[in-house]
Amino acid sequence: MSTFSYSKNDTQTSHTCYHCGEDCKDEVLHTDNHTFCCEGCVLVYDLLKESDLCRYYTIDGAQGISPDPGFFNGKFDYLDLPEVASKLIEFTDGKLTAVNWYLPKMHCSSCIWLLEHLYRLNAAVRSSVVNFPEKKVRITFESSQIPLSALATLLTRIGYEPYLSLDDLEGKQKQKWNRVRIYKIGIAGFAFGNIMMLSFPEYFNLGQNTTDQDLRLLFGALNFALSLPVLFYCAADFFKSAWSALKGRYLNIDAPIALALLCVFLLSLYQFIFQTDPGYFDSFAGAVFFMLIGRYFQDKTYAGIAFDRDYKSYFPVAVSVLNVDTETRKPITELQKGDQILVRNEELIPADAVLKSAKALIDYSFVTGEAEPVERTKGDTIYAGGKQKGTAIELEVLQRVSQSYLTQLWNNEAFSKEKDDPNQTLAGRINRYFSLTVLGIAVVTFLVWFFVLNNPETAFLAFTTTLLVACPCALLLSSTFTNGNLLSLFGKNRFYPKNAHTIERLSHIDTVVFDKTGTITLSDDAVIDYVGRDLDMDELTIIKTLAVQSSHPLSRLIVKHLPGIAVSRRALTGFTEVAGKGMRALWGKTEVKIGSASWVGAKLDEGEVNRNSEVFVSINEQVTGQFTIKSKYRPELAETIVALKKAGIQTFLLSGDKPTDQEYLTGIFGDASAIYFEQKPQEKLDFIRDLQNWGGNVLMVGDGLNDAGALRQSNVGLAVSDDINNFSPACDAIVEGVQLSLLPAYIRLAKSGQRIIKQSFAISLLYNIAGLSFAVTGALSPVIAAILMPLSSITIVAFTTAASNIAAGRATRKVTNVINAQV
Amino acid sequence: MSALYLLIFASLIVALGFLGAFIWSVRRGHFDDDYTPSVRILLDDNPEDTN
Repeated sequence: MSTFSYSKNDTQTSHTCYHCGEDCKDEVLHTDNHTFCCEGCVLVYDLLKESDLCRYYTIDGAQGISPDPGFFNGKFDYLDLPEVASKLIEFTDGKLTAVNWYLPKMHCSSCIWLLEHLYRLNAAVRSSVVNFPEKKVRITFESSQIPLSALATLLTRIGYEPYLSLDDLEGKQKQKWNRVRIYKIGIAGFAFGNIMMLSFPEYFNLGQNTTDQDLRLLFGALNFALSLPVLFYCAADFFKSAWSALKGRYLNIDAPIALALLCVFLLSLYQFIFQTDPGYFDSFAGAVFFMLIGRYFQDKTYAGIAFDRDYKSYFPVAVSVLNVDTETRKPITELQKGDQILVRNEELIPADAVLKSAKALIDYSFVTGEAEPVERTKGDTIYAGGKQKGTAIELEVLQRVSQSYLTQLWNNEAFSKEKDDPNQTLAGRINRYFSLTVLGIAVVTFLVWFFVLNNPETAFLAFTTTLLVACPCALLLSSTFTNGNLLSLFGKNRFYPKNAHTIERLSHIDTVVFDKTGTITLSDDAVIDYVGRDLDMDELTIIKTLAVQSSHPLSRLIVKHLPGIAVSRRALTGFTEVAGKGMRALWGKTEVKIGSASWVGAKLDEGEVNRNSEVFVSINEQVTGQFTIKSKYRPELAETIVALKKAGIQTFLLSGDKPTDQEYLTGIFGDASAIYFEQKPQEKLDFIRDLQNWGGNVLMVGDGLNDAGALRQSNVGLAVSDDINNFSPACDAIVEGVQLSLLPAYIRLAKSGQRIIKQSFAISLLYNIAGLSFAVTGALSPVIAAILMPLSSITIVAFTTAASNIAAGRATRKVTNVINAQV
Repeated sequence: MSALYLLIFASLIVALGFLGAFIWSVRRGHFDDDYTPSVRILLDDNPEDTN
């Protein structure tokens, strides 16, 4: 076996693209004394220069985005259909129209600047305002001057293709919960502050004469009036959530809170009406205010990550429909049985269909996990979810989108099942007993004072202070803040759990199941060997130039594997590509073929079972050799498995692929029985279910839709992604690929989190016991109780924050040390 | 003590005014995005001709 014999050209200096900042790997293009890596980048540069927008490059340096080469004219034509447009438009008055689009490519302050100067690119744009955290831009434009499709095209041409999903077409708009939440906090804070102020005289024992009595009545009435919006508006979510839990016959964390709030409010109301006491409206409003703030911070960490996408967001919004020689774009929701559709290279097949073209090469990696495309011939049925590779194909739709294969997979019960069993959360469990106990103590105290000691005044006082002092909000805060802080600590380590429940389930994990393709293998890198006679510089140039023409994944990998070779498009003529076979072109008078063995005319050795992908090369009908392409595993894989085993966690591998690299993987997983090949999505799901039936708490590590069922079925579904905006909707957490080695640390941190919650429960229990022992004797004044409550909360918050930070530091450091020691 | 009633209502009206201002600002989207404006203010509108 020989390796490449080319030597690095010493005189060649590396160029970086002025637009996108990437190294220029192929041809270097020069324009205005700047270097560019591709035509696309030059086009954007020219466009910006024309409109005097070159300041784009001086803000953050070369941060541009190379426009999508797959773009074609007419891609957005469907946006001009009235029924589509009406669903995407936020506002229109006939002249001015506003849209609010999600641009996932937005990433830096240059982007903000450029997107807010769209009016210079097209005068019909009146204004554009960026919301960077949400990656959205609101564009107001004159609809008579620029159609919606032209606006989308404009954004795409400068590299920011708007993300339009089927959900937009079906008219689902994201709720403005964020604002409602802020209203609630604001109003609760307003009520809390004013009630406190009006209660001041009460705190300092206002005089008891008649004029003071009138004032007392006024203060009481105002406090009552102020607490009404808090009860009916701000605290409504607690009551709603508690009520729906009660209807489902269980107690959730909101149930005791709702009960305590209701008790305090009714008691205060009683005291106000009968003028026995000023009531505890201040504590009531304060408790709601603080709890709302806690929840706000908990949710805010995750505002940037939209977990509410479903499979539909992977589907194209519109597809080309052929109608006697004319091609129109039609939203796929309106696709009917019998429609003739045209699917281009790299496009997803939106519905089950029959192939009308002679041949198609379908990549089902999205559905089955199999990395190599399969060939289909005319008349075959092609299921939705496959991606066409190569030339455009014609299809006849068999089923409407909502009835297709992927949708069926999605409708499996595992997807509809809610994982959050309330009894599984630690806080929920403790809280349930705690609130029952507190209520019991309060009732017993009340009854003893009322009937045995015959002291109704003290009975009410003791009852209230007991409820107040033991208010479960300290407990609520301890789990809310610990988990909230852990969520952000996980986020800093590039691990994004969906919610607090995920952290808790993560702490119980004892089995980890890995998917292979795209999870433990690198999606954009592979080990490529070349077997055959040595190639000289010219031949390598020819091969690379030819490979650049194709969008086939193997061609891409070969291009990537020849970094030092320049691409020259000039000499290439007569290029043809036959999907599923290979390419042919003329280089001057030399005929070059790249592709399968039969395509180039190579003989395969008899008996040799080859499990790797192979690409053969022939020059002038002479087979020079072959590239073998093996998927490359994440370098940290071995250490990760070792660390997981050390922590007593079982590991399995499920692959949709053919059994390649069995020896290597057995070495890593230690046991051949832990590795399963050729698993269909349903089998993966069943495997996880079996493990769970054996009592396992399973963490599934996968990459996307093809294992979505398994991800959803597992206790924690972890999606590996190199782009956190691109992940499976079924997952509970996302991790960046390079961080996968930290998995043992993440599990350990989740465990520490549970310990911290227990510790802070213990602390608040101490508070409660001390407070309660005063309260039941009736010796505690409500004011002191009201002061004690936030004080204990603050202690708890301080404790959980400090403890979880220390735990996070320790967990990640330990793993890094282990890895460093092994390397 | 009647002055007290007046003062209490005056103070409440002022407080309600601030609450109204708060609600107005939320409605106008002041709290929708707490990051972009901080960047926007640093970006000059007119490119300097020095470079």
